[in-house]
Amino acid sequence: MSLTMKAASGGRLTRERLDPSAVLAQTGDPSSGGTVLFVGTVRDAGEAGIVDRILYEAYAPLAEKRLLEIEEDVKSRVPGVRVALRHRVGELRVGEVSVAVAVSAPHRAEAFEACRLAIERIKHEVPIWKKERLAGGSERWVEGTALRVAGTKRKRTGGRRGGTATRDPARGPAARGRGQAGR
Amino acid sequence: MARLEKSVEGKGPGRRPVRVTLLYFGQARDAAGRGEEAFSLPVGATVEALLRESFAAHPAVRRVMVRSVRVAVNEELAEPGRVLGDGDVVAILPPVAGG
Repeated sequence: MSLTMKAASGGRLTRERLDPSAVLAQTGDPSSGGTVLFVGTVRDAGEAGIVDRILYEAYAPLAEKRLLEIEEDVKSRVPGVRVALRHRVGELRVGEVSVAVAVSAPHRAEAFEACRLAIERIKHEVPIWKKERLAGGSERWVEGTALRVAGTKRKRTGGRRGGTATRDPARGPAARGRGQAGR
Repeated sequence: MARLEKSVEGKGPGRRPVRVTLLYFGQARDAAGRGEEAFSLPVGATVEALLRESFAAHPAVRRVMVRSVRVAVNEELAEPGRVLGDGDVVAILPPVAGG
């Protein structure tokens, strides 16, 4: 676990319980007229049954880099916003906060836009995995989406690319199950 | 390659193998039954060659990765053709599910 989990203090990845109001406080600014806070929580309805808890795992060094990149990129795309991102790792119970995104902006439209952009990118561009622990005791990794290269967001499905897909070397370029992943 | 040549004299066989660490995450970690593994590869070996070694040792990892493989070398995403250097840390990244 040590390799996956060395969330440095002050990092965007944390093992500690996430306090949304603390994340919100980081975006306070006299020039802000509107703030949007997105809080993601563990829900009980899993892909395969009733969830008891979820284990979040990250490739911490790369995840930290990606979270920072997303924050910086959102700031550059939506002028005037302040952005704060936090993602929890470790074992979370139903109802606990897994992710928090706070965005403040001079006006609400930019705040909503930037917050949405940030959370969507977190879901696709950060190396984080989760395993559902079901009420009955069984465990199951949540089917995810192919890790996307930073900034290569595609609106349309089927337009996915990014150049880092690795062919299954034993299977050649026509590995099955391609092209329809996710979303 | 530059860094390879520093530690290697001359060309051809007999050169020291390249030692790399492979990290497994998510489903891949469960499939491999471990979080990391050391591999020793011939000079000039690529990411793709490393994956082949891993899949041979752990067929279940390959099944996990059929859907989509992403690989990072030294904490940056890398292409399959990337040539590995001694001491590289490679990570197998299954489909992600943050949020």
